[in-house]
Amino acid sequence: MTIETLNARRLLCPLPVIRTQDKVKQLKIGDRLEVICTDPGVMQDIPTWCRINGHKVLEATAGNHEYTILLEVGSS
Amino acid sequence: MSKQRKAIALISGGLDSMLAAKTIMEQGIHVEGINFFTGFCVEGHTHAIREKDKAKPKRNNSLWVAEQLGMKLHIVDVIEEYKNVLINPKHGYGAHMNPCLDCKIFMVNKAKQWIVENDFDFIITGEVIGQRPMSQRKATMPIVAKESGADDLLLRPLCAKNLPATLPEREGWVDREKLHDITGRSRKPQIAMAEQFGFDDYSQPAGGCCFLTDKSYSAKLVDLWKSQGHKEYQLDDVMLLKVGRHIRPQPNFKLIVAREEGEGRFLQGYKNEFISMISLSHRGPLVLIDGTPSAEDLYLAAQITARFGQGREAEQVDIDVTMLDGSERTLQVKPIRDEDMPKAWYV
Ligand code: SF4
Repeated sequence: MTIETLNARRLLCPLPVIRTQDKVKQLKIGDRLEVICTDPGVMQDIPTWCRINGHKVLEATAGNHEYTILLEVGSS
Repeated sequence: MSKQRKAIALISGGLDSMLAAKTIMEQGIHVEGINFFTGFCVEGHTHAIREKDKAKPKRNNSLWVAEQLGMKLHIVDVIEEYKNVLINPKHGYGAHMNPCLDCKIFMVNKAKQWIVENDFDFIITGEVIGQRPMSQRKATMPIVAKESGADDLLLRPLCAKNLPATLPEREGWVDREKLHDITGRSRKPQIAMAEQFGFDDYSQPAGGCCFLTDKSYSAKLVDLWKSQGHKEYQLDDVMLLKVGRHIRPQPNFKLIVAREEGEGRFLQGYKNEFISMISLSHRGPLVLIDGTPSAEDLYLAAQITARFGQGREAEQVDIDVTMLDGSERTLQVKPIRDEDMPKAWYV
């Protein structure tokens, strides 16, 4: 299992979702990706994107104007 | 057993594309959504930036639609390729800077490439004849199909019965009888269909699906092009047009004045790329200066900066100026009076 980090700071939605989507394409089932953003919209958009594409959000945290989402790549 | 047919639906996040996709899903076709991000899409950017909007929940409508329909959604970054569409629209602009017809052709063409690469059979859009004055007329329907290269692989389920049968209909992949014949600007048929399918809380953008249909945004874009003498742009340029008050006292420079804390924080991210100003003696907004101001222009910009802070009535306000090389100095200015700021300065 690989754990990767994606810096999506300063990007506005849907760019963090697009970058997440592109990164996930390079990963394997079970790999994890941590996405760090500054647009609060990701707290809604990345989990929705994960649900419709079969990935799992393991953790979503907010603090100090930053939002971090840890997801696990699913089988889609 | 007959082959499972697959369609890609252009999803804008509005009701029409949602209904079009649903209509085809109901016929047993495997449908996935595709959404193109041009940089101008109405995606709650001001919402993401501005403090005052944060109380309202924000969502990406395309993702919401996909989830409601239980389908996958592919969001494609077309920022670079879209520049040519916006800069040189063969069919011209709509009421504002919206090149809707060229935009449709471009997106359907991208969808055509996508179906070839992903082994899908056809393309669906939510277009309705007569819905939009520029891009959705009877005459433009064949233009989009032809110039995009999609030809009869492009099916518009909401108005298909008013158009010649496409390949998916002729081949019997979809039943033409179960498609629709909506025309005109009335939203009633779509609203009735939404009710039938049990959809509520869908988005109904009034002007269109992007900022280019917005009058004030378009004015800022035209101002940007005019001031730089060409139409090229970077994503940051068009993002900044969504934020703050834009004031151009002279052709060679403009001010971007944060209207509130959230905008100030957003503009802070661009501080190293612009000359910036902020009041030291009174509370006031962060201001970015775009262009090539002279020393005299900077003094005027400082007076304007002072005008938007709490020192607006003061005899003197200290304005900190940070230049592009990072050097700082303080200008002591008297805030400009309202009556000395012509309306024409506001972009
Ligand atoms: S409103 Fe914007 S995104 Fe929609 S068709 Fe027109 S130019 Fe394209």
